[in-house]
Amino acid sequence: MSALNIKKGSVSHSAYELRDPYAEVIESHTLAVIVANESGVLARVIGLFSGRGYNIDSLTVAEVDHEGHRSRITIVTRGTPQVIEQIKAQLGRLVPVHAVHDLTVEGPSVQRELALIKVAGKGDARIEALRLCEIFRAKVVDSTLESFVFEMTGTPEKIDAFAELLRPLGLSEIARTGVAALSRGV
Amino acid sequence: MTKANASTMSGAKMIVKALKDQGVEVVFGYPGGAVLPIYDEIFQQNDIRHILVRHEQGAIHMAEGYARSTGKPGVALVTSGPGATNAVTGLTDALLDSIPLVVLSGQVPTFMIGTDGFQEADTVGITRPCTKMNWLVKDTERLAETIHTAFHVATSGRPGPVLIDIPKDVQFATADYVAREKVKPSHYQPKLKGDLDQITRLVELLETAERPLFYTGGGVINSGPAASQLLRELVEATGVPITSTLMGLGAYPASGKAWLGMLGMHGLYEANLAMHGCDLMINIGARFDDRITGRLADFSPNSVKAHIDIDPSSINKVVRVEVPIIGDVGHVLEDMLRIWKSRGRKVNKEGLAKWWAQIKEWQAVNCLDYKPSTKTIKPQYALQRLEALTKGMDRYITTEVGQHQMWAAQFLGFEDPNRWMTSGGLGTMGYGLPASIGVQIAHPEALVINVAGEASWLMNMQEMGTAMQFRAPVKQFILNNERLGMVRQWQELLHGERYSHSWSESLPDFVKLAEAFGCKGIKCSDPKDLDDAIMEMIRYDGPVIFDCLVEKHENCFPMIPSGKPHNEMLLGEADTQGVIKAGGAVLV
Repeated sequence: MSALNIKKGSVSHSAYELRDPYAEVIESHTLAVIVANESGVLARVIGLFSGRGYNIDSLTVAEVDHEGHRSRITIVTRGTPQVIEQIKAQLGRLVPVHAVHDLTVEGPSVQRELALIKVAGKGDARIEALRLCEIFRAKVVDSTLESFVFEMTGTPEKIDAFAELLRPLGLSEIARTGVAALSRGV
Repeated sequence: MTKANASTMSGAKMIVKALKDQGVEVVFGYPGGAVLPIYDEIFQQNDIRHILVRHEQGAIHMAEGYARSTGKPGVALVTSGPGATNAVTGLTDALLDSIPLVVLSGQVPTFMIGTDGFQEADTVGITRPCTKMNWLVKDTERLAETIHTAFHVATSGRPGPVLIDIPKDVQFATADYVAREKVKPSHYQPKLKGDLDQITRLVELLETAERPLFYTGGGVINSGPAASQLLRELVEATGVPITSTLMGLGAYPASGKAWLGMLGMHGLYEANLAMHGCDLMINIGARFDDRITGRLADFSPNSVKAHIDIDPSSINKVVRVEVPIIGDVGHVLEDMLRIWKSRGRKVNKEGLAKWWAQIKEWQAVNCLDYKPSTKTIKPQYALQRLEALTKGMDRYITTEVGQHQMWAAQFLGFEDPNRWMTSGGLGTMGYGLPASIGVQIAHPEALVINVAGEASWLMNMQEMGTAMQFRAPVKQFILNNERLGMVRQWQELLHGERYSHSWSESLPDFVKLAEAFGCKGIKCSDPKDLDDAIMEMIRYDGPVIFDCLVEKHENCFPMIPSGKPHNEMLLGEADTQGVIKAGGAVLV
C-alpha cells in the first residue's frame, strides 16, 4: 500500500483527524432547535451541517410561535458522541438560535412522522393493501378504482415497515414529512 | 405612514447616524452604484472619516488592522456584486481570527432582487458561511436597529465579522431613526463568567502540578487589555512557564521571565517540548489548532488539560479536555486569581524548580540559531536588526503570510497586546499591507511596519495608493527572496525538490515601484548596509517600500513536519534528510 493511501478514520497519521479516538460508536440523535424565524435561518443551519461535514437524516421546520416569530427545527443526525456534542455547540453559537435540545439524551420523547403513500393496483393486491392499511392504522385519504393514497403517522421505522410491505403491492409514490419530536411529560 | 419629525430621515442618513452613535470614527470603503446614497451622506458630514481603498479586499484587511490594534470594531463599506464578493476573503480571514468587523454592502433595489440585475449578487448567501451573522435589510424601518444589533453581535462573545446588505431603495426611503439605547436587548448574550467549581478545580490542579504550562491564544487579546494584565499577574505570581500561539503574542511580554516563546509548527523548541512534557496544560483563549497540536494521537500525552474559552464549540472540538471553562478570559482569570490567592497562593515549588531546570536545558539548545553570513542578508538577521533598531519605539507590526511571518513571530518581541497583526487562521497572503494602513490610520504617530515577503506583498500592492493618499507612513519591510519561500521549503522537504511554480520570473523593481507611487524606495542587499538602511526607513516621513534582498534558499526552522508530534521537531537542515514520509505530504 502506498504511504499516501491513508485509511480514513485512522487517528495515527494525521494532525487533521478529528474523530474521537475513544468512542467510534455512531449514534443517532434527535435535536430540537428553536430559532428566530427570520430570513436565511434555515440556510444557516443547513449550511452548518454541509460546511462541517455532519449528517442530516431528517429535517422538519415550521413556525411554532407566530407572535414571537419562533420556528422549531427538528433534526435527526448521526455521529460519534464527540461529533454530536460539536453539532450541538455549533448550533448553539449561531446568533439566531435560541435553544438546542437533544431529545435523545434529555429523557424520553415521542417522535412522529407523517407519510402519504400512493399504491396503484387491482384485484387481490388492492385488497391486500387495504388490509395492511387497517393493520397499520393508516387512513385512506384518496381513492380511485385503481389506486389509494394512504396517510400514516408513526415512527419512521413503522412507516418504513408499512412502505416495505406495500412495495410488492404496487407502491408508486411516497411523501414523508420527516420527524417531529417532543419530550414526554412536563 | 410614519409621521414626519426630527427623527425621520432617509436610510442613507440613518446609516451614517447609526455609525456615529456607535462611536465609529473611520470607515474603509469603495463607492459604487448601490451605495451612492450612503456616499452622498458621507460627503455632507465631517465626523466619520472615509478611507478610500483601491480594492475591497484591502478595505476589509484595513478594518481588521484597525480593529486588532484598537480593540474597537472595524467598519467597511462596499458596493453590491463585485464589491461584496471582493470582501469575502477578508470576511473569512476575520472569522477565523475572531476579529470584530461591521461590513455594510449595497444591494440592488428590493424590487430587482432575484432578477440578475446589474451588479447583483446573493451577498447574504455568499457571505453566510464567512460571517458570524449577516442581514439583508428590506425595510428602512428596521435599518437603524439592525446596525445597532450588528455592532452588538460583532463585539460580544467570540468576536467576528458581520455584514449588513442594504438595497438601494432602502437607502432612499425614509423612516424613524431608532437610537442605540432604544433598541431592545438582543437575546444574544454570551456567558462571561466561568463556572466557579471548574475554576476551583483548575486552581487545585495548579497548586499540585509538577510541570504546569500556560498555553495562551488570541482570546486573551480579544478579551481586552485587562485580561493581559491579569494573565501577567497570574504568571508572575505562580512562576508557571507560558507559551503562546501566533495569535496571542504580546498578551504576555516577550521580555517576561516565564516566557518560552511561540509554540507550534514553527514554534520554539522549548515551547513545544514543554507542551509535550507538561502535566497540566492550561489553555487560555486558544483553540488547539492543527498548527499547534501536530499529530493529535501524540499531542501532550501525559497532561491534564484545562481550556478557558468563551465559545462552547471550541471545547472538545479537537482535543478532549478534563477541565472545560466556558467564559470570557478576563472574567475567568480574575476569579482564578482570587480563588488561588484565597487558598493561600500555593504552588508545587519543588516540582516547578525541576520543571524550570528541564526547560532551561531545552532553551540552551538555542533553536533559533542559524548560520550567519557576511555576504548575503539572512532573513533572520534582517529581523534581528529590525528588532534591535525599533525596540522601545511605539511600534506596531503586521505581516503577510509565509516564511517571513514565522521568522517575524520568532525574532520580534512583543511587550504589549494589540501590537501584532497577522493572518493566523486563514493565512491570507496580501493581508499585511492593507492591515498596516488600517493600523496606521488608528495610530497616526506610531511606527507601523509590515514585515512582508515579496510574493504576498504583490497581492495587494495597489493599496500603496491608499497609503499615499491618506498620508499613512507605513513601512513595507519586504524580505525578498524571489521565491514563494514557504512553498519552496515544502517542495524541498516533501516533493523531491521539484520547485513547481514557486518563484516569480519577473518581479518589479521595488524602488522604481515606490517612486511610481510617489513614496520612498530603499534597496539593500549587503548585511553591512542593513542598519543604516533600516534607520533611513524609520526616519523617512512617509510610506517606504524597503526591498531587502535576502538569502534565497533559507528554510524556516524549527519545524514540526506535518503529521509529527511535538517531540519530533526538525532543528535545521541536517535534520531534514528523509524525515518527512510521504504520508506527511497529504497534509498542509
